[in-house]
Amino acid sequence: MLNRFLSTNRIEFIIALRNRWVAVAVLMMVLFSLVLSAAGTAPSEGRGIDPLSLSVASLTSLSVYLVPLIALLISFDAIAGEVERGTLPLHLTYPLSRTELLIAKLTAQLAVVAVAVVAGYGVAALSAFWSSGSLASQGLAALWRLIWTSVLLGAAFLSLGYLMSCLSRRPSGAAAMAIGLWLIAIVLYDLGLLAAIVADDGGTFTTQIFPWALVLNPADAFRIFNLAASDAVSAASGLSGAANSIAAWKPLASLLLWPIFALVGARLALERVQP
Amino acid sequence: MTILTLSHLTKRYNDHTALGDVCLSISAGERVALLGHNGAGKSTLMKLVLGLIAPDSGEVSIAGHAPGSAVARALTAYLPENAAFHPALTGREQLQHFLRLRGETASKADDLLNRVGLAEAAGRRIGTYSKGMRQRVGLAQALIGTPRLMILDEPTSGLDPVSRREFYTLLDDLAAQGTAILLSSHALSEVEARTDRIVILSRGQKVAEGALAHLRAEAALPLMVNLRPFSGKRAEVAAAFPEAQEQHGALVFPITQSEKNAVLERLVAAGDQIEDFDVHPPSLDDIYVHISGRAA
Repeated sequence: MLNRFLSTNRIEFIIALRNRWVAVAVLMMVLFSLVLSAAGTAPSEGRGIDPLSLSVASLTSLSVYLVPLIALLISFDAIAGEVERGTLPLHLTYPLSRTELLIAKLTAQLAVVAVAVVAGYGVAALSAFWSSGSLASQGLAALWRLIWTSVLLGAAFLSLGYLMSCLSRRPSGAAAMAIGLWLIAIVLYDLGLLAAIVADDGGTFTTQIFPWALVLNPADAFRIFNLAASDAVSAASGLSGAANSIAAWKPLASLLLWPIFALVGARLALERVQP
Repeated sequence: MTILTLSHLTKRYNDHTALGDVCLSISAGERVALLGHNGAGKSTLMKLVLGLIAPDSGEVSIAGHAPGSAVARALTAYLPENAAFHPALTGREQLQHFLRLRGETASKADDLLNRVGLAEAAGRRIGTYSKGMRQRVGLAQALIGTPRLMILDEPTSGLDPVSRREFYTLLDDLAAQGTAILLSSHALSEVEARTDRIVILSRGQKVAEGALAHLRAEAALPLMVNLRPFSGKRAEVAAAFPEAQEQHGALVFPITQSEKNAVLERLVAAGDQIEDFDVHPPSLDDIYVHISGRAA
């Protein structure tokens, strides 16, 4: 069983390499990290914040957009593409269960996300150490936290991408659904909350519902957790008050549970795909 | 030993009955051809056997196991119609993967590719292969291990006549090792005489089943006799064979199987007036069109 799983995993990673997904994902993360490092180090001087924590604060805001985007871009084709190419029926007659197939794809593509994330953040960390030497080591814990939470965020959105892929069964439809999901979860959700807060003007929505609404969205949970878990990072982001009002376990639980829920959803949708 | 049993298998899509009450059983070492035109239910039947779709009623059993179960999948090899693979992988990588999925060692990939004549292209990406080459990759993966049951959907559609003959030789070897083979085709002439039994589907119903000789006798189509008299002897030959019609300068008439000997004697008697003659049995396609048309 393990051999079947590892072979599928390996073949999916080879496909990701040949499709240039790895190259594109790494390039995107590295480029944006470089831009942020160049732009972000200047204002840190004199505020007593180490440059790496500062980088982590700006990388957090970047990753909220980029990591889900990369995850959805490489995952939307996973099932719909196989249906369109006609490779799915043959795969499903092999002694490999649908669960094994799905998890093998997930782990292979999660490796792509992890490589891109480590490459991008690594570049930012190197530039922080290069500009300020050992002072930057104060931010290593925050950097490590950013890495593993980014992988969790990637896992959630990869599985959501598979869900779209199973539901639409056509690559074009799955791509449209993935873009829609990204817009709603990453952009419109926050705008909606902001509008609601303004309209509510400090009422029950702001005090009771809003903290939960933030935690329920994996992208917001990712942002809050990374900003709140480190004093230096929250200070650098200027959002310390807002982030610290929510207990850290809540966004962490959201980040841990979302990949599981999304995977279960994708698995259920895959069951209904008839090749 | 019976490998595949279908009992009263029915599959409906909305109001359309894709397969209606079909019964069939295939023993180890038997080669069965499934015939029918597009939409006759061949692919539906195969997907039911593979467990890719579920029947509305009836049962499939693969050596006693449910279709799609882990054991049934391990026993069954499948060659889809228009076999497709990820274009970014090489033939070797794809086969190594399929070997590992079946619990075999990946090093057998080159040997398999060699068996289907793809040794040269093993290191090239499948995206660069022709349709016939992809079909060969499909065949190579179906040969992995020693499957007890082989399901081949239109296996010879992309192959030239030489490759087709090689393909049937491979099937003969497999059948000799005890593999039960179910292959589909839309033309009787493609399956030739190299199957043990032929099953004809029409609009989801089984309309005929038996060996080719049996189907031929059942169809009872006439043989055609073609005569070419020596020049100047045409009138005499026409008088000796009054049932003949003139067609393209030859005299043509139909006879039944039982009349063959009597006609041969008449031909011998008129031997000095006839330059040449042919006796055509009904072609395989004639028989197929007759049987499937009769059912409709």
